[in-house]
Amino acid sequence: MFRLLFSAVGLAVFAWVAFAQAPVYGLGRTAAPDEIRKADTTVFPDGTGLPVGHGDAVLGEAIFNSRCALCHNAKGEGRKGEYPALVGGIGSLGTKKPVKTVGSYWPYATTVFDHINRAMPFNSPHILPPNDVYSAVAYILHLNGIIGKGDELNEKTLPQVKMPNRDGFVPDSRPDIKVKR
Amino acid sequence: MSSPHPAKPGRRDLLVAGATALAACGKPTESAPSDGQTAGNAANMRPYGERSAFEKPVRAIRMLSASSGTGSSRTPLADLYGMVTPSSLTYERHHAGVPTIDPSKHQLLVHGLVDRPLVFTMDDIRRFPSVSRICFLECGGNNLGDQRGESTPNVQQSHGLVSGVQWTGVPLSIVLREAGLKPAAKWMIAEGVDNCRMARSIPIAKALDDALLVYGQNGEALRPEQGYPLRLVLPGWEGNANVKWLGRLNLVDQPAMSSKETAYYTELRSDGKAEIFSFAMEARSVITRPSGGRKIAPGPGFHQIDGLAWSGRGKIKLVEVSVDGGTTWAKAELQEPVLDKALTAFRFPWQWDGREAVIQSRCMDETGYLQPTREELVAARGLFSGYHYNAIKPWKVLASGEVTSVPIVV
Repeated sequence: MFRLLFSAVGLAVFAWVAFAQAPVYGLGRTAAPDEIRKADTTVFPDGTGLPVGHGDAVLGEAIFNSRCALCHNAKGEGRKGEYPALVGGIGSLGTKKPVKTVGSYWPYATTVFDHINRAMPFNSPHILPPNDVYSAVAYILHLNGIIGKGDELNEKTLPQVKMPNRDGFVPDSRPDIKVKR
Repeated sequence: MSSPHPAKPGRRDLLVAGATALAACGKPTESAPSDGQTAGNAANMRPYGERSAFEKPVRAIRMLSASSGTGSSRTPLADLYGMVTPSSLTYERHHAGVPTIDPSKHQLLVHGLVDRPLVFTMDDIRRFPSVSRICFLECGGNNLGDQRGESTPNVQQSHGLVSGVQWTGVPLSIVLREAGLKPAAKWMIAEGVDNCRMARSIPIAKALDDALLVYGQNGEALRPEQGYPLRLVLPGWEGNANVKWLGRLNLVDQPAMSSKETAYYTELRSDGKAEIFSFAMEARSVITRPSGGRKIAPGPGFHQIDGLAWSGRGKIKLVEVSVDGGTTWAKAELQEPVLDKALTAFRFPWQWDGREAVIQSRCMDETGYLQPTREELVAARGLFSGYHYNAIKPWKVLASGEVTSVPIVV
């Protein structure tokens, strides 16, 4: 009896898998490997997706001054109420005046690369070549005292940078509020 | 009118009747306007309609920086009825402007951990079996000012980052099955084609549960500011994860930790830790009429209290209203239909004695979750979590009939 049941379940699972893997509607066309490669710019914390390239804070300072400082100010202090600060606030998150910046809050250096690469400069994104993005990231991390001015960032070293708030995130704990009625 | 079946008019009869009515309306009138009324005029027929010129409610726009393209607009909840927000008044939140997209050129790329990476045109998307569903869309940051003690003055500013919409589209599970989802896929990165290529990592369980690829909004195509021609809708989850102008779905085994899911849309607690991947909007309710900034007729008399309740975890089960500063509570009537993860209108008959009163609502959803007070929320999370602030919002009705917010002591 049990064997029969198992066989039936096995058959059902096999049928479902076979069904799941066959296209039902025949819609859409096969994506070419090239167009996937071009579109897939996401950078992951383990470094997956980083382009080959390199940069440092020395080079980054010039790029920052010409591309970023207009909004984020010369030392990444931002403009209150308009453009976020990129620098400062490290150690402030548990205090009565938490300051969230790239340096104090962002858990991964890869996210800084990904964000600049997909969204910055705000008014003309997607123009910085990989080396310029590496250098801009290096300068912002250097302003925060996370790396040295001459430290090279590349597709190997960038994921190894440990951000100050790397361990500052915990999963959603809700429902978390005790309500008295 | 002659018809063989007078009880059941045929199509032709209706057409004739319609034409007669049209002719009657279309006939210019010579009578002068009186009492603020103008007789019917054919010139009032418009190929694409507009509301009466007497109706003025608009969204409140708030730009977040001097750069164009980032900001929000809030729904005028105090002026609206029912569970569906007009498309022209649906709230907006943009991070890098509203792109203009020709739907004949738009494509959705589905790739990563799938058997068959596929590219869909909008025609392809619309050929899949479709569904329509009414649910709310709410910004994760709705009402965050009150947590910090700003005591927002009116319901448009406090709660206007929520809207109710009937969405039409294809269940995402159907499209993922078409591509042959691999068991190793644990996350789906959804990416827009706006200027900042807004991207969020979505747990695969939600993608396969009730996620929709949406092209319809309240009976017509999506509005540009709602993601035309294609967006992701994740019923009950914070607005930002409902990626607009959707161009790419990447099936992966780890989240991307994008800026919008780490630097933003995470909740900093008072112990310095921040909660991440907190997607569901928990239950909340608010009185929309009477509410801050408005005035009701002074003196004793009847007023209907109107409001909205909603929960990202299911249906609203109960709404209670207090008209005495929270000392006593009474059950409000819920307007049917009460739908899963949808705005639910409630009403409460109030015989006002004409004296200053503090009115407020609180709700419970079908999971038994109770909407907290601000004090209860702050005790658990502190002052800086910001997103997902869903506390009770009281309004003060003065003897003059003016309604204000209640000052918050931090």
